[in-house]
Amino acid sequence: MNNQAAGSGNPVIAELNDVWVGYNGKWVLKSIFLDCRAGEILGIVGPNGAGKSTLLKVILGLIRPDRGSVSLFGKKPGKAARLEAGYLPQISNAERSFPVTALDVVMMGIYSRIGLFSRPGRKEKEIAFDMLSMVNMAEHAGKPFGVLSGGQQQRINIARALCSNPRLLVLDEPSTGVDSVAQEDFYLLLAKLRDEKGLSVIMVSHDIGVITSHADRVACLNIEVHYHGEPDLCISDEVMEKVFGKDLKIMVHDSKCVTCHMRHEEV
Amino acid sequence: MIEIFHFEFMRNAFLAGIILSIVLAVVSFFVVLKRYSFIGVGVAHSAFGGVALGSLIGISPTLTALGFAVIVSNAIGYVGRRERLSTDTAIGIFFALAMALGVIFIGLSDKYNTDLFGYLFGNILAITYTDIVVVGVLGTIVLLACYFFFKELLFVAFDSEVAFVSGMPVVFLDHFFLTLLAFAVVISIKIVGIVLVSALLVIPGAAASQVTDRYVPMIAISIGVALISTIGGLVISYYADLASGATIVTFASLIFFIMVGVGKLRKR
Repeated sequence: MNNQAAGSGNPVIAELNDVWVGYNGKWVLKSIFLDCRAGEILGIVGPNGAGKSTLLKVILGLIRPDRGSVSLFGKKPGKAARLEAGYLPQISNAERSFPVTALDVVMMGIYSRIGLFSRPGRKEKEIAFDMLSMVNMAEHAGKPFGVLSGGQQQRINIARALCSNPRLLVLDEPSTGVDSVAQEDFYLLLAKLRDEKGLSVIMVSHDIGVITSHADRVACLNIEVHYHGEPDLCISDEVMEKVFGKDLKIMVHDSKCVTCHMRHEEV
Repeated sequence: MIEIFHFEFMRNAFLAGIILSIVLAVVSFFVVLKRYSFIGVGVAHSAFGGVALGSLIGISPTLTALGFAVIVSNAIGYVGRRERLSTDTAIGIFFALAMALGVIFIGLSDKYNTDLFGYLFGNILAITYTDIVVVGVLGTIVLLACYFFFKELLFVAFDSEVAFVSGMPVVFLDHFFLTLLAFAVVISIKIVGIVLVSALLVIPGAAASQVTDRYVPMIAISIGVALISTIGGLVISYYADLASGATIVTFASLIFFIMVGVGKLRKR
């Protein structure tokens, strides 16, 4: 990557303005200001219960905020805006025995585009196959979705999200259940899509290492946003303590790890 | 075997039974995938309120049952979408309310009504030519709707949030399906009865899901299970002089257990 982070200077495609969301009298998101630019990977990091998934659902219009405003591609996150976005939900204990193949699941991503009363034809199948090859799952196309491993299901879901040719990909914990080699491949794929197609990505993870090494900008979230900017400055003691609490031990060290004494010695 | 068809009511029962088997089997496919079994129970019982109202005010009980079932199934869907109440709670409330109204309506009507038992447990002797027309028309509507909206209904059943993000009108599709479910319940009342119809909304799909993991075979097997249960049940009930609805449901359950066994063997 160049010195300049991808997407800097590009127009903002998703913006949250003083967004508040409450459940049962408790705020799960407080005064969130956040933006994502075209062609950048925005990583949102935070512990469990930080409101990460809720934040993504607010961006996609699945949850309406109690206060504040959301804009997606300059519009309210209504149908038109949603059609431009692909969504990967967190791995759920979705019905393992749902009677569809991997290819069927990928093709669901095109369903909205082919309209009512028509069925996916050869052209749609080809697109779905292309997406499956892109995530290295082409040989599993005919397998029942339920027999695939968690990581394989995630890749199928990503292929489905990509099928509709979105301008924005919203990923909730994309690396859950994916082994580290496949993870690396997956983030390379994201960077490739960003560089070639100008795709924007908003992804959420509790894994700081993943976010800081693959995102162009990060947001550190724990009900409030404690930091929003370049990843290099994210892992400061102050921000980390606010987001993860005092007992945090950073287990993954990488080139971006400011607090790591090993790195200071090297420099 | 031929003797059965000498009676007009048996011919009517078979004709209605075949149509409703296909309709219930297709609806059952979605009921099982969407985990709507208990909604099916609630909607079926709510038809009782409608039947009682119809006989109180002297209009066709099928018509009022249809009204009750459509309103209750959509109300369950609406309340279930709110965060404060679960679908489970909504079913519990509307189910009881519709039944309670039914009991009140019966109390208000001064005429002694023998028909009600037939509506609760099915009475093939009561199937008229008009009923067959109603079953045919409503059944065709349900089947065509499932055919034309198949990919949408499948996607929403698979993952409604992802379907929503990808631009599907999820709320509309949910109410659309709940309305179809109500139609399917109403056309089955005279043969299997209010109390037992929910079994046929679950068993065909559930049995089929034991032996296949593709949706086209699952629908085909579901239809097969429903047809065998209904035709077999009607024949047995005729010769053994048993209640038709109960015999059909018992026979269907038997097939379900066999399919569970077949499914276990297949996975080995």
